Amino acid sequence: MSTIKDMTATKNWSGQTLVTADHMLFEAPRTKHFMTGSEVLKEAVKRCTVDASVSYPITPQSEAAHLIGELWAEGYVGVYFRGENEFGVMSEVAGCAMAGARVITTTSGPGTLRAMENFPQWSGTRIPCQLILMARGINSPLTIQPDNLEVSFMLETGCMIWYAENVQELFDMTIAAFIVAEKPDVHVPIITVVDGFFVSHTRESVMLPEDDIALFPYEPYKAPLPPIDSEMPPGRFLRDPFVMKSNYISYATHASWQWEVRSAVERSRPYAKHFLNGLAHITGTKDAEIAFITCGTAAHQAKEAERELMKLGVKTKVIKLRTIRPFPKEELLEALEGVKYAFVPEFNVVGWLDKEVRTALYGNSKTDIVGGPRVAGGMSLPAEAIIKEVMEKINPTKGA
Amino acid sequence: MGIDIYKINPEFRDIMPREIIELEENATWSFKMDKPRGIKQLPQTKELLEEHSLCAGCPEAAALRYVLAALPKPEDTIIVNSTGCTSLMFPHIALHTVHSLFGNQNAVASGIKRVLNWRFPDTVKDVVVLAGDGATVDIGLDYTLQSFFRQENITTICFDNEVYANTGGQESGMTPKGQVFKMAPLGKKFEKVKMWELAKTSGCHYSINMTASAPKAVAKAVREAILVAREIGPTYLNIYTPCILEIGLSANEGLGEMKDQDKDRFASYKYVSPEAEAFLKQCKKEGRI
Repeated sequence: MSTIKDMTATKNWSGQTLVTADHMLFEAPRTKHFMTGSEVLKEAVKRCTVDASVSYPITPQSEAAHLIGELWAEGYVGVYFRGENEFGVMSEVAGCAMAGARVITTTSGPGTLRAMENFPQWSGTRIPCQLILMARGINSPLTIQPDNLEVSFMLETGCMIWYAENVQELFDMTIAAFIVAEKPDVHVPIITVVDGFFVSHTRESVMLPEDDIALFPYEPYKAPLPPIDSEMPPGRFLRDPFVMKSNYISYATHASWQWEVRSAVERSRPYAKHFLNGLAHITGTKDAEIAFITCGTAAHQAKEAERELMKLGVKTKVIKLRTIRPFPKEELLEALEGVKYAFVPEFNVVGWLDKEVRTALYGNSKTDIVGGPRVAGGMSLPAEAIIKEVMEKINPTKGA
Repeated sequence: MGIDIYKINPEFRDIMPREIIELEENATWSFKMDKPRGIKQLPQTKELLEEHSLCAGCPEAAALRYVLAALPKPEDTIIVNSTGCTSLMFPHIALHTVHSLFGNQNAVASGIKRVLNWRFPDTVKDVVVLAGDGATVDIGLDYTLQSFFRQENITTICFDNEVYANTGGQESGMTPKGQVFKMAPLGKKFEKVKMWELAKTSGCHYSINMTASAPKAVAKAVREAILVAREIGPTYLNIYTPCILEIGLSANEGLGEMKDQDKDRFASYKYVSPEAEAFLKQCKKEGRI
């Protein structure tokens, strides 16, 4: 086992050379590997000087959680254990983070919902922990299949939400997520989402920097709230601070605290732009009149549809949202200039991304938003389904 | 170290409230003491509880004063709380404390303790959970017991008032059978949970059921429980702090109620594991308790 005392000014406790996130993400030479999302998460965590992780089994995130455990056994992660259930795990994560640790955990579907009360607690107590959400369907009926309905429950928790499309993005985002979440003027939790199975279990080629470098450690004494370690004034400090100190001021303080959490999420924009190379990525024909607004694996499928439609002479473009919180409204409006129809292909029945898009565009855009196509419960989203949706809209008499 | 955070910046000394200056000058921090802290020093020294916003005569307030007076190393002690009457007192405690959710206190404390061990391998940092019976035994039972199973090095103190007091007097798992409370309009149908026995079978090395009628006894239990948790494994204290409001007593009748229950539902129960017993003997020899 490692000890924190093994850390020096230039090396972390496992002997990796400490580097900045800019060096790790943009400068360090990379070599090609072939691995799954779960395996690449291990590689990301290995390079992040992570103090603590708490785990609990649920398909499809279990393997990722096992692999973080292996990192602990190998001396890369300081604290690791299996919690009793996801509510317990997310509370244990909160404890770890409040005590000054860089913490990561993973969950999926029903686990996310079981843990729900903790997420607004995380943002309310301003911890910069990271949750890797490997989205799967939620009960009932029972399903373990990919479906991202659970993300809709996370939208108003006060946590940042990023969405990775593939194995490579999961690697890069996980590293950047710690750094952005830990910025003293941000300092809220971050949820990095991938579609379960499609990313967690799919082997892809991925470019990785060497594993002898790792991020500088988290600095808890730069946090906007003192860590709970009896090492930082004030000595009298209750986290959360407003518990019934006075019922007469608590209304106002509670309200302003909640606003501040949301403002902190907004303040993450410039950092996220830098590390993610923009909050939205646009591919396809620049002046197309048809656009797909997507995130995650749906973006991959939309790109395939874009290529096929091009062969049919229909120009389209794909607007991939990389962050959901903060929501990239400006980027979206800019990308939709001149677009007549926007489709929102999604892996859930409710169309939460469609609703997000409509909210952002209301009164600001003339684009006709065509929700769908939507699949759920483990159905795949073939390019043909997306193409059919487009053709029926632009060519209603002839159909697809 | 921990005590430095109570030192006042000389530039601000003249505008500091008296109670903050007193904390620095006249509280019984462990490094100042040549013998274990305890309730004996209460009258002459600055308490770690500034005031409280509980009902007049609430035995919980008295019990908290005993607990705080007996912490072996308050300057390096974190207390984790839950929702309920106890959370009314937490803003007034001069330590680093946490209120997180209702029922997750032992899970939060587990995370804090493990990370403090990781971050400060050479410093003893005690983590104490202090919550009511609803938080400890009903909504948080899973997390309480699981922290015992995992052998977390934390002390769990339950202020057992046998009722959900802060929400207006509803039956809890710790309410005695037959008692009429809200949500049990015909009287409680099942027995009071013997949490101190559950604690023992779940892996606690030290488990006590008692009332807060005798301050010295509470202080002794707190000291021993925290030292055992530090060195050996989880410990549990179940302390009767009656809700005088909900059982119809006056402000001056709490002590009498506790004394009555010393002979009844809270007749002394004490379990100490053989390991803990040997350790406590050693502590006694060294003058630590």
